[in-house]
Amino acid sequence: MHNPIVRKLLPFISFFLLLIIWELTVRFSGWSTHVFPTPIEVVNGAYELSSDGKLFKDSVASLYRVTVGFYLAVIIGVPLGIILGRVRVANQIINPLIQFLRPISPLAWIPLAMLWFGIGESPAIFLIFLSCFFPLVTSTMISVLSIKPIYFQVASNFGFTRQEVIKKVVLPAILPEVITSFRMIVGIAWLVVVAAEMIAVQSGLGYLILDSRNALRMDYVMVGMITIGLIGLSLDYVMKQLTELDEVEWRKFSS
Amino acid sequence: MNKISIKNIKKGYKERRNQGRKGSDASVKGDDIMVLDGISLEIEEGEMVCFLGPSGAGKSTLLRILAGHDQATSGEVLFNGQPVTGPSADNIFVYQQNGLLPWYTVWENVEFGLRNLEDEEEKNNRIHEHIALVELSGFEHHYPHQLSGGMQRRAELARAMAVNPDVLFMDEPFTGLDYLTHLKIREEVINMHTFYQKTTLMVTHFIEDALVMADRIVVLGERPAKVIMVKKLDFSRPRNIEKDKGLSELRDEIFLLLGVSYVA
Repeated sequence: MHNPIVRKLLPFISFFLLLIIWELTVRFSGWSTHVFPTPIEVVNGAYELSSDGKLFKDSVASLYRVTVGFYLAVIIGVPLGIILGRVRVANQIINPLIQFLRPISPLAWIPLAMLWFGIGESPAIFLIFLSCFFPLVTSTMISVLSIKPIYFQVASNFGFTRQEVIKKVVLPAILPEVITSFRMIVGIAWLVVVAAEMIAVQSGLGYLILDSRNALRMDYVMVGMITIGLIGLSLDYVMKQLTELDEVEWRKFSS
Repeated sequence: MNKISIKNIKKGYKERRNQGRKGSDASVKGDDIMVLDGISLEIEEGEMVCFLGPSGAGKSTLLRILAGHDQATSGEVLFNGQPVTGPSADNIFVYQQNGLLPWYTVWENVEFGLRNLEDEEEKNNRIHEHIALVELSGFEHHYPHQLSGGMQRRAELARAMAVNPDVLFMDEPFTGLDYLTHLKIREEVINMHTFYQKTTLMVTHFIEDALVMADRIVVLGERPAKVIMVKKLDFSRPRNIEKDKGLSELRDEIFLLLGVSYVA
């Protein structure tokens, strides 16, 4: 267990076991391989979907929607969260509304989103935006509210202007929590995009799964699922790198 | 000329929790709890004044009012004849907790007060000079969490001194330090004061600190606090409480005043 190579291989053990159980289940369950394809059939399916570029195109379509929705939520959500954390009146007026809308699942917005934006990119991006926006506003607001008062006292002691307080105190202070929320909401967005694509658009990994089900190609369905898992894992890995930045290192040492 | 005039400062807080309770003590007038009950004092330029008193007497509140971070209910504070209206970079506060911004290095923290200085070279020189003054050269680019408690306190002193404030306010600046570091930093503050002759107002609950450091000791009484003793200390520095009979007598006197009759 102390051998570094062995340790790096450990996470793959469970995947390997899953493959074996999967293969055995298909063989002995008596289900048709149309209902439950074997791993090899899924690999073949993946090859077919990759060779005509469909898998790549659908992945890019999903990633594009997540990216746009995510950035929209960041551009609007972080400043709004800061305002809610700093301006008491704004908080009292706006926050109840946000907390009321927050528990409504983005999926519940699908009917309205389709009526308002029609079929295409916009309703899907709108749903992603919603799924990112509410958690991000809320967590930004909470982290602004939990900045230690002493930092604002120091700022006023050294005669900071409002902009300087935002730039030199508020933003660096909330950065660690905000980055953690980024990581969280990218995960939520990736969950939501698949659901949105099953209804509102005709491309993307969600659509791939729905379309393959209609064609009774369970091997393609599973290719879609595995791709979603792998991309989700990579997204989380990228976001995790942000939490290791030098700029947020201090947070680990401050209570 | 008088540098700071404190004129009959009173401070009351609105009591929130105990409203309408029976048996509330005599200091409750209406909804207000009196903390400071008419504090008056004249402080000379360059003087080091230490405030002592029982805990909860309002020493920190007084200091915050003097520095413009809090407002008195009545009375006024004049700096060179001008009333204090709010916080200013002329009156720098050194806090009991760590007031360094943890996301900035020592250098960046010291740079704060100097950020509006246009001459880059002068700015860098002053940062260098003050970091060297507190013996933190070599640690310029360390973050506060990479420093020990004593070094953090010294960095904060450097940040305060770098803006060349008129008055330095220190609210229990040695709290939370281990004993040796406490003594060392105390010595550094004394040396700094001897060198720069900066008006320094300090709140402490260590009577020894006040005896070793102060030009004048001001003792506040129980809440609502009044000044119950003002003592000028004409002892030469460095001071030794054990060897100097006058100092140890004064110590016993203050202890007695604060309700401790026997000091080991």
